[in-house]
Amino acid sequence: MAQLDTRAKLEILADAAKYDASCASSGSVKRTSRDGKGIGSTDSGMGICHAYAPDGRCISLLKILLTNSCIFDCHYCINRKSSNVRRARFTTDEVVRLTLSFYRRNYIEGLFLSSGIIGSSNYTMEQIVEVARSLREDHEFRGYIHLKTIPDADPELIHQAGLHADRISINVELPTASGLKRLAPEKSQDRIEDAMAGMSDAILDTADAKKHYRSAPRFAPAGQSTQMIVGADAATDRDIVSRAAGLYGSFNLKRVYYSAFSPIPDASAVLPLQRPPLMREHRLYQSDWLMRFYGFKPGEVADAADDNGMMRLDIDPKLAWALKFRGAFPVDVNTGPREMLLRVPGLGTRAVDKIVAARRGRRLTLADIGRLTVSLAKVRPFLIASDWRPVALADKADLQLPKPAAKQMELFG
Amino acid sequence: MRVIALDAEDDFDGWREGVRAAVQDHVAPERIVWRVGDQPGELFGSEAPATASAANFTVPRAFVDLARKAILHTDRERFALLHTLLVRPGLLDDAADPLVRRVEGLAREVRRDIHKMRAFVRFREVVEPDGARFVAWFEPDFHIVRANAGFFMDRFAAMRWSILTPEVSIHWDGATLAEGPGATKAEAPDGDPVEAMWQSYYAAIFNPARLKVGMMLKEMPRKYWKNMPETALVPQLIAGAQAREAGMVETARTKAGGNIEAAWAALREESMSCTRCPLHEHATQTVFGEGPVDAAMMFVGEQPGDQEDLAGRPFVGPAGQVFDRALTEAGIDRGTIYVTNAVKHFKFEQRGKRRIHAKPDAGEITACRWWIEQERALLRPKRTVALGATAARSLFGKAVTISRERGRALELPGGGEAWITVHPSYLLRLPDPVARTEEYARFVADLKSAAHT
Repeated sequence: MAQLDTRAKLEILADAAKYDASCASSGSVKRTSRDGKGIGSTDSGMGICHAYAPDGRCISLLKILLTNSCIFDCHYCINRKSSNVRRARFTTDEVVRLTLSFYRRNYIEGLFLSSGIIGSSNYTMEQIVEVARSLREDHEFRGYIHLKTIPDADPELIHQAGLHADRISINVELPTASGLKRLAPEKSQDRIEDAMAGMSDAILDTADAKKHYRSAPRFAPAGQSTQMIVGADAATDRDIVSRAAGLYGSFNLKRVYYSAFSPIPDASAVLPLQRPPLMREHRLYQSDWLMRFYGFKPGEVADAADDNGMMRLDIDPKLAWALKFRGAFPVDVNTGPREMLLRVPGLGTRAVDKIVAARRGRRLTLADIGRLTVSLAKVRPFLIASDWRPVALADKADLQLPKPAAKQMELFG
Repeated sequence: MRVIALDAEDDFDGWREGVRAAVQDHVAPERIVWRVGDQPGELFGSEAPATASAANFTVPRAFVDLARKAILHTDRERFALLHTLLVRPGLLDDAADPLVRRVEGLAREVRRDIHKMRAFVRFREVVEPDGARFVAWFEPDFHIVRANAGFFMDRFAAMRWSILTPEVSIHWDGATLAEGPGATKAEAPDGDPVEAMWQSYYAAIFNPARLKVGMMLKEMPRKYWKNMPETALVPQLIAGAQAREAGMVETARTKAGGNIEAAWAALREESMSCTRCPLHEHATQTVFGEGPVDAAMMFVGEQPGDQEDLAGRPFVGPAGQVFDRALTEAGIDRGTIYVTNAVKHFKFEQRGKRRIHAKPDAGEITACRWWIEQERALLRPKRTVALGATAARSLFGKAVTISRERGRALELPGGGEAWITVHPSYLLRLPDPVARTEEYARFVADLKSAAHT
């Protein structure tokens, strides 16, 4: 077989990575290279999106696979053993050089490295760790590194990965155990969760050690995340939300990513061939935010779903919840508790903070609220202000809800 | 009028000193003219006297942070706005106040510009006698370049680099930061061999099945495109996306791979634990479809009845017997067709000891569509026959009038043709024997046309 040059490999191995939804480079520790050795910096807050692809996604990291060869045969995966895609494999050194030369030109925040499984889980994991080790130790690279860990790899290798990486992750793949069994017969929910539990323990242990010894090594300071594929198994939105809540609770996850299953070339016969339900994916992210930022309990988010356990596609879950529990509204902006203001559709966490600060000094009018939110029309029916009281919500059965875009329905169907 | 001179557009320290003096001298904001650099002076103005009493007064940290950002804006009123805000009691407490909003708006635009500069600066490597230098050309909206230099020093301290902008240029030699005059794009290098690699990456990481151009434009407005190598590809990526996606779907099933049998078995097994709608709570079991997976025809009924629920197989009760008989008369071998239901759990009302069939509602049909879509995606039958309104609704995703659509082939979303006829249980319920005979014959005729047209 002819040798592929690095650029040809990059095309294959980036293409193979495009189905992974996660791209964040946020939430690590602050590092710089001001000492003049090495290269790179990270911030403890938000990462930087260095470009956006026409699919609207942020490009912040060089997201590639080490190889797209794989001994597994997971049906949803383009790289599965029985797929006839072109195969390529980077050397660890190629990945290191590519990362550094992109980083120096300010194209990226760092590296997100994943891989098909070749040889054995341990061998693959060793190669992934070697890339990160070389970047960190040989080149003093201080940019962001996200490593995808291999479920069956030796815990010691996963530990090594965590010492070099800012974030580590392992994909739960499907929201249901039965879906995983059907679509990824060689993976097991138990093994994946064991690995997550191990990483969670290590993150907590080192965070604890850091309090006592400044020299204690960092372990994945940006935490761990996971991804599940939406729309390839029978799970409803309610199933997915409760699964995500369980994962957040059990394994201290920083993020759960939802990836609408997208048609892949040469797909296994087990899979649907539809366009991905992008709006469904979006609604799931919004549900996720309700739990992480707005104080909703998983059960309450599930309440926002319809009788079949699906989120409405035409309105966001917060509005759906509010319409279902109209009795909780309107909320008085001048006296209502913060937790209730957070439940008002159209009020974000920032707007709520500003309302709470501003109302200490005076009573707020509807016009004041209008200056703090994007859409006054959206919040108005749910609020009482000093000069405003909405007609009872129940009377205006469905308000002026935005009409569902025809396109969105088609995506779902 | 007091004239206060600032060294540059981003001279925060100069503004702070000037404002401090003005506050101590009780000069109102509207009595001050702010002058930057070499702008001509006000005719009747007088330069601010150096205030001897530099007695400090303090302002909240949040205000200083806000002012540091807002001052970098190009809005000519910013110096006065900040001064007005500073002398107002309560300062920033009221976020809904129009002045606070305006100043925060300035700061927000500046922060965004700073962020975009960090994101969209693209260095190009030039080889100089004493080594490599990385040079970028960038056009910020506001006076942010000096304020933003620290970020690039943190990140690229070991590199030698320059960022050229129309207003000012900054140069880092590995130890110190130097400033130079503004530059033009022509002075910046054009091209770097690594850009071709980067473009390859940009094109490959984009998933054409998820085109969302509006989202991209929101975060990466066109004004930045001209100085980024990868954005040159955007038009062709968008134009080619439909074709690429179609290609992905087209080639999706080139190799069926012979795993349909196993896939169907796994799908059936997965369906056994389905809880997508509440019907599973009272039904005995999921009644999945059955028949050969290479069947050319698929028949879709409404839902399992009492006997199907107990047996776990579709079409075994009274309606199933009518169906079998009609199939035989239409010359169709049941062994060659795939038979399934729109809804996979029995819905009933308990009346005494009897379980009376209840019609599934639209929500239940919708919830169950997932399964039938999977069955259809696996088998890809040439013809799908909908038996009754529920089945038709499931296949088409909307209500269909049987009387209007029966007797001819319809195109199914997702491929294949559909035929619509009545459900066999309808024939059982007709009280008039003559009508029953006529309707039965019509049903058989429908099956015949579906099978042989």
